[in-house]
Amino acid sequence: MARVTAGITSSHIPALGAAIQTGTLHNDYWGPVFDGYEPIKAWVREPGNMPDVVILVYNDHASAFDMNIIPTFAIGCAEVFKPADEGWGPRPVPDVIGHPDLAWHIAQSLILDEFDMTIINEMDVDHGLTVPLSMMFGRVEQWPCRVIPLAVNVVTYPPPSGNRCWALGEAIGRAVASFPEDISVQMWGTGGMSHQLQGPRAGLINAAWDNMFLDGLIGESDHLRRIPHIEYLRETGSEGIEMVMWLIMRGALGPATRLLHRHYHVPCSNTAIGHIVLEPIAPSSIGA
Amino acid sequence: MTDKKERIDIHAYLAEFDDIPGTRVFTAQRARKGYWLNQFAMSLMKEENRSRFLADEKAYLDEWELTDAAKAAVLARDYNAMIDEGGNIYFLSKLFSTDKKSFQFAAGSMTGMSQEEYAEMMLKGGRSPQGQRSIKGGY
Repeated sequence: MARVTAGITSSHIPALGAAIQTGTLHNDYWGPVFDGYEPIKAWVREPGNMPDVVILVYNDHASAFDMNIIPTFAIGCAEVFKPADEGWGPRPVPDVIGHPDLAWHIAQSLILDEFDMTIINEMDVDHGLTVPLSMMFGRVEQWPCRVIPLAVNVVTYPPPSGNRCWALGEAIGRAVASFPEDISVQMWGTGGMSHQLQGPRAGLINAAWDNMFLDGLIGESDHLRRIPHIEYLRETGSEGIEMVMWLIMRGALGPATRLLHRHYHVPCSNTAIGHIVLEPIAPSSIGA
Repeated sequence: MTDKKERIDIHAYLAEFDDIPGTRVFTAQRARKGYWLNQFAMSLMKEENRSRFLADEKAYLDEWELTDAAKAAVLARDYNAMIDEGGNIYFLSKLFSTDKKSFQFAAGSMTGMSQEEYAEMMLKGGRSPQGQRSIKGGY
């Protein structure tokens, strides 16, 4: 049977992609951002740690979806997804290879589990999806694993509640566990952390709140699922709402997690960058 | 199953958004107002449209059902005014990308600070949430 082996969060700022492309990732500004990923870039290349599939939760930034169609939760079931042209030409990264068997299995299972997914068969993927892949895998000829895109609307209000995201994650965990092939799956949640890209309040960063949120992903508590939208908006800026996507990752890991790696840094362009790696554990092993 | 559902009053939910200083939440109302402004911005994802737009911005804008205020805001690259017209920053990013400008440039331009001041603020840890959370509450 398939199993969820780890959960990873990563910011997905387009400037990170630009830094990789222009080779400036080791300078004084970007160095501390990228250095924080080094332990996990090494860890994922160790035997047994590279997943067969990543389910990558992200938000489309007005690339595949415009104002015409706004799916709350959409799952990419295609064989391949191409990098989108977001106004400066497509990012020069490999095509993203999907896993249609698992994606369709999850889509069907979720619908029977009362999560009414939108199914996408043709879709370009933007920096929200490809920047986290670059951060974890570096510059490669082809991505080292398959990827199932799971797009969440966090642009047009209301986005899904934190509780709904967490519950969707739990349902994805059940769906993965019922897939008959013996493959390992990582759940990635992307975006965040505190940032505001608009208006006179642009540039807002709340390190104390962000770290509270990171703490809440570790261990047995599920209190993060009850944070209302207004708290994200007030405390973390208008784009901090992306963090609800991390709760899908957390929900899929089950009742308890152990921390493998944690990295927090300000600034990354307008944004606080948060990168955390968790593994699912049995609840009873906490505090042992 | 731990899917505990809490019923949210839609009116109270939306009303709270107006209490955040310097922020326009992209509600359905704004999405409807800015529909064509955002769709115009989306069109700049194609190289041929970017070239046509840059060659004659006014003529390109006239192809869209935009208000005069929206057109003026685009021509002036006034991002606050575009957001007032229902623009959303992720859609508008196609416009500043067409101009070869970054998210930090666009965000900074909305704060009343110079680019240097804004970049300096971010280097020092960003804008503090202190006093920026609630207009009524002043916290």
